[in-house]
Amino acid sequence: MSFSIQQENTQKEPNLQPTGWFRYFSFSLDHKVIGLQYLVCGFIFYLIGGSLASAIRIELVSPISDFMPREIYNQILTLHGTIMIFLWIVPVVNGAFGNYLIPFYVGARDMAFPRLNAVAFWLIPPAGLMLISSYFINGAAQSGWTAYPPLSITTPAAGQIVWIISVLLLGGSSIFGGINFIATILKLRRPGLKLMQLPMYCWAMLGTSILVVLSTPVLAGTLILLSFDIVAHTGFFNPALGGNVIVYQHLFWFYSHPAVYIMVLPAFGLVSEILPIHSRKPLFGYTTMVYSIMGIVVLGLIVWAHHMFTSGTPPWMRLFFTIATAFIAVPTGIKFFNWVATLWGGRISINSAILFSCGFIVNFVLGGITGVALAQVPFDVHVHDTYFVVAHFHYIVYGGSVFVIFSSIYHWYPKFTGKMLNEKLGKLHFIITFIGFNLCFAPQHWLGLNGMPRRVAEYDPQFALVNQISSIGALLMALSTLPFLFNVIYSAIKGEEAGDNPWQALTPEWLTSSPPPVENWVGEAPLVTKPYGYGEEEHKNDEPTNNELQSL
Amino acid sequence: MTIVSPLNEKSEQSISQQNNHEDHRLFGLIAFLVADGMTFAGFFAAYLTYKAVNPLLPDAIYELELPLPTLNTILLLVSSATFHRAGTALGKKKNSQCQIWLLVTAGLGIAFLASQMVEYFTLPFGLTDNLYASTFYALTGFHGLHVTLGTLMILIVWWQARSPGGRISSENKFPLEAAEVYWHFVDGIWVVLFIILYLL
Repeated sequence: MSFSIQQENTQKEPNLQPTGWFRYFSFSLDHKVIGLQYLVCGFIFYLIGGSLASAIRIELVSPISDFMPREIYNQILTLHGTIMIFLWIVPVVNGAFGNYLIPFYVGARDMAFPRLNAVAFWLIPPAGLMLISSYFINGAAQSGWTAYPPLSITTPAAGQIVWIISVLLLGGSSIFGGINFIATILKLRRPGLKLMQLPMYCWAMLGTSILVVLSTPVLAGTLILLSFDIVAHTGFFNPALGGNVIVYQHLFWFYSHPAVYIMVLPAFGLVSEILPIHSRKPLFGYTTMVYSIMGIVVLGLIVWAHHMFTSGTPPWMRLFFTIATAFIAVPTGIKFFNWVATLWGGRISINSAILFSCGFIVNFVLGGITGVALAQVPFDVHVHDTYFVVAHFHYIVYGGSVFVIFSSIYHWYPKFTGKMLNEKLGKLHFIITFIGFNLCFAPQHWLGLNGMPRRVAEYDPQFALVNQISSIGALLMALSTLPFLFNVIYSAIKGEEAGDNPWQALTPEWLTSSPPPVENWVGEAPLVTKPYGYGEEEHKNDEPTNNELQSL
Repeated sequence: MTIVSPLNEKSEQSISQQNNHEDHRLFGLIAFLVADGMTFAGFFAAYLTYKAVNPLLPDAIYELELPLPTLNTILLLVSSATFHRAGTALGKKKNSQCQIWLLVTAGLGIAFLASQMVEYFTLPFGLTDNLYASTFYALTGFHGLHVTLGTLMILIVWWQARSPGGRISSENKFPLEAAEVYWHFVDGIWVVLFIILYLL
């Protein structure tokens, strides 16, 4: 018997892996290494996508097309959208934090399928490089990240095909990740840990993974059909051969609307982890939070056609999708009020993590309100394909997801590296980002309401001043990356030692050393049944130990 | 066992995880099949939408011949049963019987592919002729790809069962079970496809 124990033990141990910092650049099976690989890889693509966004804003400083040719403008627009969605937000909010945190939260030593996990990550860098290289080889795709036919099947084919292949690879990566998360959360829980005792991020990732598994394959199938239209000249979406472009839009938005929730649901989960710790209060309304996540999953799957109100949809369909879309405001509103109630009356330590989380709440409410407005058919018909829509979804995906990504980096950096980030630089980063973001996107509501269309390089001169204000905001957002980058690199080398649990948190990942050992815990995994038990007797006197955190 | 060292605890944990290992592998496979099923669902939805709204997609253009696809349906349904027999034979530790049933199942899969090939060559339309032809070949071709992969899986399982000291035995049935679940899934999809494409 002892022999067989020995044998199974050696089988399970990932002995052959490199150690030290070099393992972050190799094919590792450790969920923590893969999580950080996702994070760093995603951030590099964020810098690329952000540079492209800056190029777009520079072009829009003047009403005429003077900075770059129009095809290049369209290509950059397409690359910006694709990179930011498929290579930055989705991989980071799901892959990076999911891989790092979920095994801790369920009390496991690794994900359910470590090899599949590594495959899922290593699909991303080649797909991203391929996508960007298409720009230099034969012209990148020009039809926007939606790739609507017939535009996508009539423009030069090479870039579009490369675009399709890379999105297929990234879709495969996210399906593999989703399967892994579902199996880990449902099947690998530590014995004795009930589902309703899990930290909220687990629920968010469960909901997100359900969406990924149900909707991403539909996009994959659609893109395969689209590539047949381009390469083999079939007629699925080609009106000349009897195809129907509206069918493409239905199939595309069946994925791409849930994709919004794939980007923000994990962000909801992360915020639900960060707010209680820094306000020293239990998460308000745990059960309602769980139900609202599942409500968002169900409703998110049946509202896709609100993107197509101007595509000749019949009135009954408009009515149904208007009502279903407006209903999503209910579970989302529940979550919003629960976060505010969590903060209410808490001992809040004003640090960069909670600043970014509060920035998220503010931005997300603004984006959510314009979302409810856009769900109404008459209003949508008025502002469809204008800058109002651009402003709305940047408030959701940048003001929502990206703010949360930064908040999470400030929160979990001590766990990743064992060092604290510099708080002064962090607050500087937050202030520039928040001002730059609102300066950039708030004026775009006005542009849209007054009729400036999106995806254009030239516009009516009356919009020039507001566009310039918007571009200044974009410049500030670009600048805000500098203190952050400096902070991350400098703190990793010279930062203050964090200790195992600098925030006095109760969630399981803080109950091990920082950075954690290879199999997460020395000895048995702790059984954490009350991840938010801050109000209770034994935790009454916990305070953040770090002195700097107390001072603003 | 009085002194419990961290190493001992760890190996016990590893064993407890080893025990439900099979369980979560099968669970992961089912999650993957749900995803795969959604791809087909997307294709079916597109096809049915075309059929409902598109004037270029009448039933009257082509009269699909029924004998071959009906034969195909029977082949796949029988192969589901033979695969099941292989699994029960392995459970009763009759390894050679299991191998025979696996080979029969793979043979039925290959017969399905051959019969589909015959059907393709006798059809009066090609892939790029029109929308109907495109959707027909996309649906059946995508399913044919699944049958090909499933047949390869069966042959690999057969190879594993054949080689002495191989990875398949009555103790370790997971590869066979995984291939079986996949094969039943492919069969089920074919039944839906047959109804939608040929009978409707």
